[in-house]
Amino acid sequence: MPSYVDPSKCDGCKGGDKTACMYICPNDLMVLNVEEMRAYNQEPDACWECYSCVKICPQGAIFVRGYDDFVPLGGQVHPMRSSDSIMWTVKFRNGNIKRFKFPIRTTAEGAANEYPGEKGASLDDEKLILEGDLPTPTKLA
Amino acid sequence: MALPNKPKGEIAAVVDPEVVEYDCDVLIVGGGMAACGAAFEITKWAPEGMKIILCDKASLERSGAVAQGLSAINTYIGDNAIEDYVKMVRNDLMGVVREDLIYDLGRHVDESVKLFEEWGLPVWKKNDAGENLDGAKPAPTLREGGTPVRTGKWQIMINGESYKCIVAEPAKKSLGEDNIHERVFIVKMLLDKNKENTIAGAVGFSTRENKVCVYKCKTALVACGGAVNIFRPRSTGEGKGRAWYPVWNAGSTYTMCAQVGATLTMMENRFTPSRFKDGYGPVGAWFLLFKAKVQNGLGEFYANGEAAKEELSKYMPYGQSAVTPTCLRNHLMLNELKEGRGPIYMATEVALNAFLDAQREAGKDEKEVKKFWKHLESEAWEDFLDMSVGQAGLWAGANIEPEKIGSEIMPTEPYMLGSHSGCCGIWTSGPDEDWVPSVDGPRSHQYKWGYNRMTTVNGLFTAGDGVGASGHKFSSGSHAEGRIVAKQMVKYCRDNADFTPELAQTSQELADEIYAPVKLYHEHVGASTAADVNPNYVKPAGLMMRLMKATDEYGGGVATYYMTSGKLLNICLDLLEMLREDAAKMAAGDLHELLRAWENYHRIWCVETHIRHIEFRKESRYPGFYYRSDFPTCDDENWKAFVNSTFDPATKEWKCEKVECINLIETEPWI
Repeated sequence: MPSYVDPSKCDGCKGGDKTACMYICPNDLMVLNVEEMRAYNQEPDACWECYSCVKICPQGAIFVRGYDDFVPLGGQVHPMRSSDSIMWTVKFRNGNIKRFKFPIRTTAEGAANEYPGEKGASLDDEKLILEGDLPTPTKLA
Repeated sequence: MALPNKPKGEIAAVVDPEVVEYDCDVLIVGGGMAACGAAFEITKWAPEGMKIILCDKASLERSGAVAQGLSAINTYIGDNAIEDYVKMVRNDLMGVVREDLIYDLGRHVDESVKLFEEWGLPVWKKNDAGENLDGAKPAPTLREGGTPVRTGKWQIMINGESYKCIVAEPAKKSLGEDNIHERVFIVKMLLDKNKENTIAGAVGFSTRENKVCVYKCKTALVACGGAVNIFRPRSTGEGKGRAWYPVWNAGSTYTMCAQVGATLTMMENRFTPSRFKDGYGPVGAWFLLFKAKVQNGLGEFYANGEAAKEELSKYMPYGQSAVTPTCLRNHLMLNELKEGRGPIYMATEVALNAFLDAQREAGKDEKEVKKFWKHLESEAWEDFLDMSVGQAGLWAGANIEPEKIGSEIMPTEPYMLGSHSGCCGIWTSGPDEDWVPSVDGPRSHQYKWGYNRMTTVNGLFTAGDGVGASGHKFSSGSHAEGRIVAKQMVKYCRDNADFTPELAQTSQELADEIYAPVKLYHEHVGASTAADVNPNYVKPAGLMMRLMKATDEYGGGVATYYMTSGKLLNICLDLLEMLREDAAKMAAGDLHELLRAWENYHRIWCVETHIRHIEFRKESRYPGFYYRSDFPTCDDENWKAFVNSTFDPATKEWKCEKVECINLIETEPWI
């Protein structure tokens, strides 16, 4: 299910140094053509359909079309992702539509505590940060 | 219109890239769950001024196997005994595992899960009425004693679309953004010039600018996932990308560690998951949460029948478990398919309607049943939308509504990995504690040598998919393993404070090697009118297809229902030898192609170890994952042992050996 870019919506992230889709694609597929100032998927048969580009695109310009070697045409799955939830629209080949909304995060973006300044005690045992005493196995062979 | 003899990608590669050198104490190679665990933990142990760099070939926010998200965390010990976790993993992986590593993981994994929740990951909970609450509803946290929604004994449900983003955030903050080198693909680990068998650095390149990056380090973690697109996939057109495991996992972990002499273990193990056909949607929630069963083409629930029971009894003690080992479940399915009783269906409609019938039987009126259905339907779709959107797309395209009709499931092409239901990987030291067995001999036979999760190479660590013989870590366990390694790397630096790494090759020599495919391209591109067909070189895309054809036909891929033999394996090894030689003829006109070229080097090497191990092990340890026609049974008497292999970087020779497998946890009862 490779991603594709709607040229009427893509603005090439205005030529910024971090084109959103190019920044995020885990498989280095999304690229910007500087002359056209449009992005595209350069290797559709290596697309995992992870939707990272679809979710991040600030213009909502990226969609997914089912893999042409096994998905019947006409369906579409498209997300709208906010900071705390995601809404999916599933359009079936026969025109039926289902919508689902799920939470994605319970804290504000940037709020994850990396425990700055926290220091471990001894390097010579197996205890990790925040951990109490560790058990050892019982019921031995 | 110009002739097509020019680079295709947007970032053309030049023959003389910039070369940049970095010095650090600790190098983290990879950006997935394990690397993020290491990045979070290491700053809690590192002394002031310790330089730590992380290289990710993608961007941390969406890299690794969890990039898309997940709908469950498959390892959370909770109220269970860690010993029972060891027993479960041992049985699922047909007995040959490192119980010390598994136990050790079991005692650290829950802390990772509690951190995820604290960082913002929504974890489903049970309310007092026993109903499921999604992870955003107010409920006590796991740390506060909240009750997660268990599916199986070890799994808990989450709303995990942003799982990776959430885990990456504190990792990034911990190291500082300047120390995270994104879009740098490390392709080779480097040994020290003076000190034998000791890591001293790594080399890679940027996929965004023509730049080779040379790192010197005292210690390194290599955690770049498993291997995908190593056997011909069932979909070979556009759908080739819809691999079950992340398509960007190219076996880099195994290859880069093996090439510097790290001993590998159980590389014969592979994972051939049975998943929803073509879309490769997950089946775990369907089996465990929705209690769905599989039907053959005749409508029979074959897995529960007498014939299945009899077949499983051939594989004792493994077949007796209430939860049949994953490979044996495949084995039963393959028997149905081979007998012509396919296709195999997940009876989704039977399962979902059983829930509705139960509601009606409990006296609920139709309005209440409808409300219940809405929730249930949402749970069913979320399972795909969180982690395998393509499967939802296939259902939409094919007008599949799971409450009306079942969906076909099918065993996929083989994958290599060490964190999911597979256990190939690198042989590592266990914890330096008394309960871990002491064994005489070289490191390749020992269970501990001072630094937990260190490979047999000094200073080289691995985690997640990298650590062999200890599967079923999944996302949470991989993160925990990264945390384990982080502390050990700091300890290694402390103990080797006077070590100054020195590389054997100059940075320019390394850069020439890394950019050889670019040089080859520029030398010869004029020899034909189309850049992809040239008498002097091959393109990475073509070479990958050649690799996948060889493994599929001779190494026990889907083409032969996973059947191979000593004869076929040796043909495969001959083909791979020529392939490895021809890999030096891969040409890259742009940086994306250079990425693909190096990924293919990694794939070829890692598959070769896989084939070597299967060839060495004269039995069929994992029926349903692969079979040897010349040794068709699982032979515990002779082969309940590890197969370890080591490549000698000096002599370029491989050595395979049998290594004793010690049961740590009681074997009576086995489960």
